[in-house]
Amino acid sequence: MSAPATVSGRHDCRDAFARTLEALAADDPRIVAVCNDSVGSSKLGGFQKKFPERLINVGIAEQDMVGIGAGLANGGRIPFVAAASCFLTGRALEQIKADVAYSGHNVKLCGFAPGIAYGELGPTHHSIEDLAWLRPLTGLTVIVPSDPWQTAEAVRFAVAHDGPVFLRISRMPVPDIARPDPVFRVGRADVVREGSAAAIIACGTMVHRALEAAELLAARGVSVRVIDMATIAPLDEEAIVAAAETGAVVTVEESSVKGGLGGAVAEVMATRAAKPARMRILGFPGFQPTGSVEWLMERQGLTRDGIATAVGELLGG
Amino acid sequence: MTETQRPLGADDLRRKATEIRRHALRMVHDAGLGHPGGDLSVADILATLYFAVLRIDPANPTAPERDRFVLSKGHCTGAFYSTLALAGFFPVEELSTYMRPGSRLNGHPNRNYLPGIETNTGPLGHGLPVATGMAIAARLDGSDRRVFVVTGDGELQEGSNWEAAMTAAHRRLDNLTLIVDRNRLQQGARTEDTAALEPLADKFRAFGWEVVEVDGHDPAALLAAFAAVSTGRPRCLIARTVKGRGVSFMEDRVGWHHGVPTDEQLRIALEELSA
Repeated sequence: MSAPATVSGRHDCRDAFARTLEALAADDPRIVAVCNDSVGSSKLGGFQKKFPERLINVGIAEQDMVGIGAGLANGGRIPFVAAASCFLTGRALEQIKADVAYSGHNVKLCGFAPGIAYGELGPTHHSIEDLAWLRPLTGLTVIVPSDPWQTAEAVRFAVAHDGPVFLRISRMPVPDIARPDPVFRVGRADVVREGSAAAIIACGTMVHRALEAAELLAARGVSVRVIDMATIAPLDEEAIVAAAETGAVVTVEESSVKGGLGGAVAEVMATRAAKPARMRILGFPGFQPTGSVEWLMERQGLTRDGIATAVGELLGG
Repeated sequence: MTETQRPLGADDLRRKATEIRRHALRMVHDAGLGHPGGDLSVADILATLYFAVLRIDPANPTAPERDRFVLSKGHCTGAFYSTLALAGFFPVEELSTYMRPGSRLNGHPNRNYLPGIETNTGPLGHGLPVATGMAIAARLDGSDRRVFVVTGDGELQEGSNWEAAMTAAHRRLDNLTLIVDRNRLQQGARTEDTAALEPLADKFRAFGWEVVEVDGHDPAALLAAFAAVSTGRPRCLIARTVKGRGVSFMEDRVGWHHGVPTDEQLRIALEELSA
């Protein structure tokens, strides 16, 4: 593989989402958007301006919103159902399960500002549980993009794919990741940095931090692989089995440590790896106190230094 | 009703409903499971829709311009599967596999198992929002296809229905018809003793719907209600029904929500339903 990934700039991935969706919708009249009074926070203002009749704002009614998405899909439309992830996945979980995943309706669920993006607003508005809730739903593809390019690719995939998809899109600024192999493959891990002493498996807003941690460790002579695991379901189990061979695996997610990316990796590690690696699961252990996003991140070690420390501990340093 | 079939008249619809009831009771008896009370209360509504109202073709069950039907009270598959089989969506013989291991006839309907099912139901309060989405899709297409959804009455206690009721009225979805199977019983007791629904018609009117109250066991009355001219609003037919309708010892008895008839009870029930 060529040079490891580097990071640059700071972007809100919602902009890439909106740009891509509007461009695709211009050519594909099947695409519609459904939201819950969230035109602004879901960045659907441009879509509304260009395609006013194709923006269905149901008001503050998430169960209705997801059910309507299923009905629109039944009518041959490709609905992007967009809302804050905490409300979309929490309030309408049974609709997501029964009307979308179990029914197999071609609905694209877009959970915005997931994790702790709403920092000070507190656990009612945090969405650290969504991955654990959605990951077991049969047939639902779960994607957590890590930068604008991957967000755009995920939206393109969602339109092309005939089946339910959940896109978890942050509002937290992230840099562009210059990838050695910039091809988006759903269900396939993207190794953004090679390494042999340990592996960091990250998704979403944590990928650039994982890369920075790996760089720090490289300066200390420790070679660490970094995997961007954008697709949580279906999961690239082979990449995890391969990562186990390093002997030390740290997972990092802006999500609960229970049942999310770390849980998914641990399941594969325990059942498929010939020699399971020692593991650390970085994320949030539960409801979070009042604080800024960065403060909450630092508290849990979801920073360059925190991730590097976790790797160091596993390696006995 | 297929494109080539003629709609049945009231007498024939009554006979179809009796056939649906007889099949449903045999299925519940043989499976040792099911919801016969609600199967019997919804039979005339399903017969009227499938054999006189819906523009559907069992030979082409996913034709884009078909009317859509959603059974929100998804537990009443005894009646629903019987109706679909009699309408020609799958062989009537398959009804004998109801809820057997690996059967396509799951306890609650699954669109990926059987033709003619639009969306998977079972948890209550899901059908009306999905049907509302179907009606919006028809509007976006400029299509005159129609959407019909049957809910139970107890399930109107689910708030999701009222979210959809607001959306449908706000968007003036006059291509959407809700039929409430108003048998006044829910699983454990009378609706009015549990969480009262009345005045139900006033509630829907207040939400901006056109409301028609109709005898849900009279196909002629149902046909007339379905034939009414649109008023630019979504329509709610409150179909007055009797849970367990057609079998003397089941009528209006809460215990038959998911009671299973014995051999002797089935024999008596089928006798009563052949009269």
